[in-house]
Amino acid sequence: MSLSITLTINGAERAITLDDPRITLLDLLRERLDLTGAKKGCDRGQCGACTVLVDGRRVNACLALAISHDGADILTIEGVMQDGQLHPVQAAFIAHDALQCGFCTPGQIMSAIGMIREGHAGDDPERVREAMSGNLCRCGAYIGITDAVLDAQRSMSGASQKEAA
Amino acid sequence: MNRFDYVRPATIPEAIAAGAMHGAAYLAAGTNLVDLMKGGVMRPGRLVDITRLPGLDRIEALPDGGVRIGMLVRNADLAYDADFARRFPAVAEALLSGASAQLRNAATLGGNLLQRTRCAYFYDTASACNKRDPGAGCDALGGENRLHAILGWSEHCIAMHPSDLAVPLAALGAVVEAEGAGGRRDIPMEDFHRLPGTTPERETELQPGELVTAVRLPADAAGFAGHARYLKVRERTSYAFAVVSAAAALRMQDGVIAEARIALGGVALKPWRARAAEAALAGATPDAGAFRRAAEAALADARPSGDNAFKIELARRIVVRALTLAAAGTPQRMPALPASPFAGASTHV
Repeated sequence: MSLSITLTINGAERAITLDDPRITLLDLLRERLDLTGAKKGCDRGQCGACTVLVDGRRVNACLALAISHDGADILTIEGVMQDGQLHPVQAAFIAHDALQCGFCTPGQIMSAIGMIREGHAGDDPERVREAMSGNLCRCGAYIGITDAVLDAQRSMSGASQKEAA
Repeated sequence: MNRFDYVRPATIPEAIAAGAMHGAAYLAAGTNLVDLMKGGVMRPGRLVDITRLPGLDRIEALPDGGVRIGMLVRNADLAYDADFARRFPAVAEALLSGASAQLRNAATLGGNLLQRTRCAYFYDTASACNKRDPGAGCDALGGENRLHAILGWSEHCIAMHPSDLAVPLAALGAVVEAEGAGGRRDIPMEDFHRLPGTTPERETELQPGELVTAVRLPADAAGFAGHARYLKVRERTSYAFAVVSAAAALRMQDGVIAEARIALGGVALKPWRARAAEAALAGATPDAGAFRRAAEAALADARPSGDNAFKIELARRIVVRALTLAAAGTPQRMPALPASPFAGASTHV
């Protein structure tokens, strides 16, 4: 049984030999690669704190076996800043005070980035709340989170329109 | 989690050979299987990773007007396939009412159909469960069972099947394609899941090692597209399993119902096709009286398995409500809260 895989993590290709096929993507990131931004909340796919993008799509890293994701492209919260600038979703979370303790925040931000890429929610708070329902916040910062996600989405669509022009 | 061997076959015949070995389980996204393994509920000695099998991730239009959905198609990809959603809107609505966006991005069609019950006694390895440990007994009987089955249950098991997707698939006459050592065969969705009887550990008609490869929807299922809804009551607004749900689809002709399709979710260990209710609606004018009679017919055999008698009347009302929504017409755009009775009035709900 070969336990060698290759992953692209935040843009860098990594050859990894797993010592056990039971290792989840979340444990690999946190325990082996020192990328502790993705959090282990429930570890059962219920809270969303472990959300990362796999091949551009948001998923729960706690339920993904690393061995099964050979060749995948992973984006974590550590990889979303560009040129030393916060990602627009990160900036919006700060501007809207969209957190209290901050434990769920990396998962919230990765989920929001994935949601904006999916492009189904539009500028509709009800659709954003539904699309973000896989991310729990026990501090109850949902009002700020919804506002931040809507705001970031607006600024990103404005920026892409400027680029196109 | 138990230790296991891991194999990643490149072809379907190799997968079937590996899957037929004792203690093997197929791994797709793992959104249910890995969770169950973490809890020690499932302890497969070998995982057969089928995610790289060729040709199973496609949505194909069939020459006869039907559609064939490969078992590896992700729930989100099926729900957001514009052509599929236009022709089978109740299926898309059911998909989007299930789980979270993260899970829908990963979970596959085959995994959805083969997911295990969420009965808490099945999940708790300290409890007796005939499904997990045949002959052990059922701690759900007499336990916390307000969400358990009201149709088709037995003294051996009162669990329910959690899939939303399977409900409109059963209503619309979908067929499951399976491939095993004995070759390929078709299994009607309606017959795919088994009622518990005396063998609740046998959940589907699949033989050991048999692999679900696709689901087909027949061409006539698209004939309901103008009047098809899935309605789901949850204990919270989003990201929860059904307490009760219903798929309702009508084919209208000159103001009367030419043909009706109804299936219920959250009520039994399988998606529950309500054929007596369908028959009661054929040729009827779509009004409250006809819908109530259909609902009575759908729940005629229901009986509580514990503290869940309320689900019987709830299910009747959800059938009436789903039929009322279907008669009003499929909305142009999915409601913000798909399949929810709490969605806004602007979306026909």
